[in-house]
Amino acid sequence: MKKFVHDFIVAFNNRLNSRHFILELQSPLPLPEIFPGQFVQVLVHNSPATFLRRPFSIHFVDYAKNTLSLLVQVRGEGTRHMGMLKPGETLNLVYPLGNFFSIPSSGKVLLVGGGAGVAPLMFMGDYLNRKNIRPDFLIGFRSADEVSQIDEYSKYGRVFLSTDDGSMGEKGFLTQHSVFSQSSFPYDHMYCCGPDAMMHAVAKLAAAKGSACEVSLENFMACGYGVCLCCITQTDKGNERVCVEGPVFDAARLRW
Amino acid sequence: MADLNINIAGIQFKNPVTTASGCFGYGEEFKEFYDLSLLGGIFVKAVTGSNRDGNKYPRMAETPSGMLNSVGLQNKGIDHFCSHIYPLIKDFNTRVIVNVSGSTISEYVEVAARINELENIPAIELNISCPNVKHGGMAFGTVPETATEVTRAVRDVYKKVLMVKLSPNVTSITEIAKAVTNGGADVITLINTLLGMAIDAETQRPVIATVTGGLSGPAIKPVALRMVWQVYKAVNIPIVGLGGIMNATDAIEFMLAGASVIQVGTANFIDPMAAPKIIEGINEYLDRHNIASARDIIGALKVS
Ligand SMILES: Cc1cc2nc3c(=O)[nH]c(=O)nc-3n(C[C@H](O)[C@H](O)[C@H](O)COP(=O)(O)OP(=O)(O)OC[C@H]3O[C@@H](n4cnc5c(N)ncnc54)[C@H](O)[C@@H]3O)c2cc1C
Ligand SMILES: Cc1cc2nc3c(=O)[nH]c(=O)nc-3n(C[C@H](O)[C@H](O)[C@H](O)COP(=O)(O)O)c2cc1C
Repeated sequence: MKKFVHDFIVAFNNRLNSRHFILELQSPLPLPEIFPGQFVQVLVHNSPATFLRRPFSIHFVDYAKNTLSLLVQVRGEGTRHMGMLKPGETLNLVYPLGNFFSIPSSGKVLLVGGGAGVAPLMFMGDYLNRKNIRPDFLIGFRSADEVSQIDEYSKYGRVFLSTDDGSMGEKGFLTQHSVFSQSSFPYDHMYCCGPDAMMHAVAKLAAAKGSACEVSLENFMACGYGVCLCCITQTDKGNERVCVEGPVFDAARLRW
Repeated sequence: MADLNINIAGIQFKNPVTTASGCFGYGEEFKEFYDLSLLGGIFVKAVTGSNRDGNKYPRMAETPSGMLNSVGLQNKGIDHFCSHIYPLIKDFNTRVIVNVSGSTISEYVEVAARINELENIPAIELNISCPNVKHGGMAFGTVPETATEVTRAVRDVYKKVLMVKLSPNVTSITEIAKAVTNGGADVITLINTLLGMAIDAETQRPVIATVTGGLSGPAIKPVALRMVWQVYKAVNIPIVGLGGIMNATDAIEFMLAGASVIQVGTANFIDPMAAPKIIEGINEYLDRHNIASARDIIGALKVS
């Protein structure tokens, strides 16, 4: 797949809450076809502290506006700087990177995300709808003040919600949500992104329920396009690169 | 347009810009960004005698103006290289040079002898400087006697151009440079990564699984420049210079210090277009200074 590297123009920087924001980035060139699960490598400002690019999942693609969006959680210097970008400023991206979620031909789909891990699921929801598949979402947040974009997700499917503190939706980790305690589990396909511990737990549940499960990994990486061999994960085929053979893996293949 | 051609040890490079081993895969991935025939050459990832899985994850840490890595020579071994990789790279319209690594002298010799048979590979780069393997690697490159010994053993079986890549983790780089020259090296490459370490104070743990790893990027450029300059003055064989080259100005600095050819390493991770941009920038520099050929700046540093 041909890859590109060029500046995008910040169209919007939308603060969702104290830790999360959405950057909508407009491309000066027509966007190539992009698939849900793929990511970009962002050049923050190449200062001594943010020397390497930062990887982010593609949160949404709007071909009509020629934009792609990132949903970012502030973690350190790079994401803090990105959070201060103003409309009209530029951001250099390498994209589209990595593989993508498989699109099922039949069966019921559950998209599971926690924290910034929900990022690729909006795009996946939109994509599935365009393939005439209506997924359900299960989304976990820390607390009510971080719950956001529920209306947006609802456009693409039913939304189940959990918060760690119970301030909105069901209380607890999303793996404790009642969708998993139904007597007959309705989902044939699960797609999951979030912290490693959460993905582990979801993959385990999926295996127990006999549902297929794909997870999107966020290993530390340098290049993002397959040459440095830093972001490897162990699979049934030995060490595979999260940035090329992933970030999406069939959970059953992982030796994590 | 200046003349960018460089000839070292009988190998013609269409320009002095090549890509560093371990930072460019086997070139395949970069075809999606640009035409590889723009490059002077490609140094492909280290090849060893048999399959190596490499080190445990996490294998990298970002550090000020650089990064640490502990990939540990992950590759599928020489058989796989000859049967699966060589066919993919042999017709690239640029010089393809193979980085050779090992844990024992006989492993280096075995791999070198096999690559000697590959028609379209004009040279090997003997990696006696990898800090990320438990046995061999850097150990061969930090003691003059063993550096001579491994170079000589490979020289006996390898009939084409023998480049030897040195480790900066030594007290006297010129001693090692002389040692490999005595062993029969045709060209010296320097530098490999500097041994370093990163700690996460919050978790009180090392950031990478191997605790220590190899530092690369602009953070090491002053050390690399100094070593190229010292070796240029100490031996009479050509030098391939690298260490933190991010742009054309960096590349020119290495050539002024004595490098005939330069390699772009970590910069490929930050800007996949770094190498072609550096070629353009060198050309622009030469024109701006009315210098007819890239050859004219090699070792042209004006001291006093
Ligand atoms: C394929 C992929 C997709 C990603 N998608 C998203 C996304 O859609 N939204 C989002 O907010 N984040 C995403 N991440 C994580 C994001 O890349 C990091 O949060 C970011 O690089 C941190 O940069 P920083 O300079 O702010 O923090 P740094 O100063 O680099 O680090 C601050 C802290 O963040 C943690 N951190 C750094 N890098 C990562 C990482 N790769 N994964 C997890 N923790 C990390 C470190 O533990 C560190 O303590 C993704 C990562 C990958 C590999
Ligand atoms: C991820 C990574 C992998 C590397 N793998 C190899 C290798 O296989 N063989 C080798 O000789 N050098 C290897 N190197 C070292 C580079 O080729 C180069 O010598 C070093 O990074 C310094 O140059 P730079 O600062 O331009 O990157 C590797 C470096 C990095 C960052």
